[in-house]
Amino acid sequence: MTPEEMVLDPFSFAADRREDDSTSERPLPLTASGDLVESLAGTVPPVRTIVLDRPPTPARPQQQREAVRLAPAGAGPERLSLRDVSVSYADKQAVKSVSLSIHQGEVLALIGPSGCGKTTLLRTLNRLTELTASASRSGDILLDGDDIHDLVDTTLRSRVAMVFQQPNPFPMSIFDNVAFALREQSRKRPGRRALEPLVIDALRRAGLYDEVADDLDRPALRLSGGQQQRLCIARAIAPRPEVLLMDEPCSALDPISTGVIEQLIGELRRELAVVIVTHNLAQAHRVADKVAFMYLGDLVEYGTTNEVFEEPRAYASRDYVSGAFG
Amino acid sequence: MSTYVSDAPNAGGSAGAGAPRQPRGRGRRSSPWTWRWGDRLVLVCAWTAGLALCAIAAAIVIYMGYRGIQYLRPGLIFSRPSVSTSQAGSGGFLDPVLGTLLLTLIGVVLALPLSIACAVWIAEYGRPSWLGRMVESSIEIVAGTPDIVIALFGLAIFQLGVLGPLSFRSEGGGVYGRSFIAAGAMMSLLALPPIYVASRDGLLAVPAHMREAAFALGKTRIATIRRVLLPAVRSNIATGVTLGVSRIIGSTAIVLLLLGGLRFDTQGGIPGLNVLKGTGSALTSYVYENSPAGEGAAPQKAYAAAFLLLLFVLALNVMVDRIGRAQANYAAAGAVV
Repeated sequence: MTPEEMVLDPFSFAADRREDDSTSERPLPLTASGDLVESLAGTVPPVRTIVLDRPPTPARPQQQREAVRLAPAGAGPERLSLRDVSVSYADKQAVKSVSLSIHQGEVLALIGPSGCGKTTLLRTLNRLTELTASASRSGDILLDGDDIHDLVDTTLRSRVAMVFQQPNPFPMSIFDNVAFALREQSRKRPGRRALEPLVIDALRRAGLYDEVADDLDRPALRLSGGQQQRLCIARAIAPRPEVLLMDEPCSALDPISTGVIEQLIGELRRELAVVIVTHNLAQAHRVADKVAFMYLGDLVEYGTTNEVFEEPRAYASRDYVSGAFG
Repeated sequence: MSTYVSDAPNAGGSAGAGAPRQPRGRGRRSSPWTWRWGDRLVLVCAWTAGLALCAIAAAIVIYMGYRGIQYLRPGLIFSRPSVSTSQAGSGGFLDPVLGTLLLTLIGVVLALPLSIACAVWIAEYGRPSWLGRMVESSIEIVAGTPDIVIALFGLAIFQLGVLGPLSFRSEGGGVYGRSFIAAGAMMSLLALPPIYVASRDGLLAVPAHMREAAFALGKTRIATIRRVLLPAVRSNIATGVTLGVSRIIGSTAIVLLLLGGLRFDTQGGIPGLNVLKGTGSALTSYVYENSPAGEGAAPQKAYAAAFLLLLFVLALNVMVDRIGRAQANYAAAGAVV
């Protein structure tokens, strides 16, 4: 059998169906005038129905959401500098010789199809990849001029904070979630009175304080998904890190919460450098100042958002940002 | 067309405008009489087995309840037993009740840190993997060992001269190897596997990104375990403890071999420690001694004590159930699992 013969002929298939219908002796409900559309309106359910036995609720006009891009905050000092960074898992090279520069006051969006190494690159920046036994890294990553390899891991991670895809507050109170990040690994743990202003400040910067101010001792798991994610951001920025890494922070959230968090990113980048991994190109377009497009572990294109989205130079990035593959 | 219901094509129509439809129950299903013989047999066996188990459980509870209510008096629980050949002179069973509680306490206090530490090591470290497998199978062996074997082993251990100070001694200084410490230590081996399994499963169920979130805040692994993971599995640990306690209060062999008295019999002069080093009894051994199969002196009191034991176990079952439900609520409260 040749492939051509295996393909089903759609017309003959449709003809079979029609034959079937005629044998079942159920004539199509045609009116006398033969108007098929009108007769179908009687048998086929209308597409839109209201099945509640009460008068309709007037809906408010749809909220006009600001779809404009964040105004640029202006690049500050360089925070992270990547030189020829490669990461491999066992034999497979996930990130190939990437060089980037990450500045305070800017949001860098890492975009690219699944498996292109963007999350691996993100996790390398605070050495979370070291938790994977098979991962190895080469090249230099400098945080304010210091090689992160020479920093103690706990120090590095309180300077380069991270927010995850899933909102993951710890099973404790809102206050303790933020205070947990602030407590040092020292013999003497600071008391609640010492920590309270810092906790409140972090919650305020994450735009959550007004919603939870009445009861900070509430379990964090009672919060909504968007609030949980903002709590995770508050937790991450509480120790005043220099860089904030975000791994698809909005992919588990609804559009409203996503909008709130995008606004928040715009405010946070004034005090720190933000690196965000996202699958959502519109989001990258909205929040990012710089965009890095990765494909199969390579950094294909890196530039300002306008450059990458409006006039991409590489074929791969042009096809990706126009939605030809994903 | 006065209501919005009638806009929906399946709600109005010939049944009359707006008339609520009758619920129709189940649709037509295949009858077992048309099934193959094998399928019918399995159906009958499944029903019979289920109903028979219900009947057995009900029979135990009803019979013991009947006997218990017949013989159990508050006075029995609060009066001490005495050695006597007649039922009337044998007193109550305060000592066995307190003995059971004391054994439970010792067993849990010993088993809890051990099993949690073990579960943490397996779930969070577990390397090298051959050692992890060895720890796993060791615990399985402990879990599968009959309590009489554990008791015999305990007797052999605590009869060693070195451990003499931990147990009851005869007048001449010979070591019996019997004491609350000895029995409680062996009881902890009974409670260890359930606590270990519950904590380990709880830890393994905590999503990896929860740990990474703590690491990403600059926390060490041990701080993550203490402050994030163990609080997250509190309810699992509680379930494990409850299961462990029900194993402890149900064990007869360890009490018979390693405690084997009736009244609290102290050893040494230090208050508190003298009780731990001394012997006594528990509800299980009390039931055995007083049943017609044992000394047979007081079958009515055996029934009363057995009923009390059953009440303890039922209460523990309810607790496990409650904790399990609280756990479900915790997940429903928004924990990302």
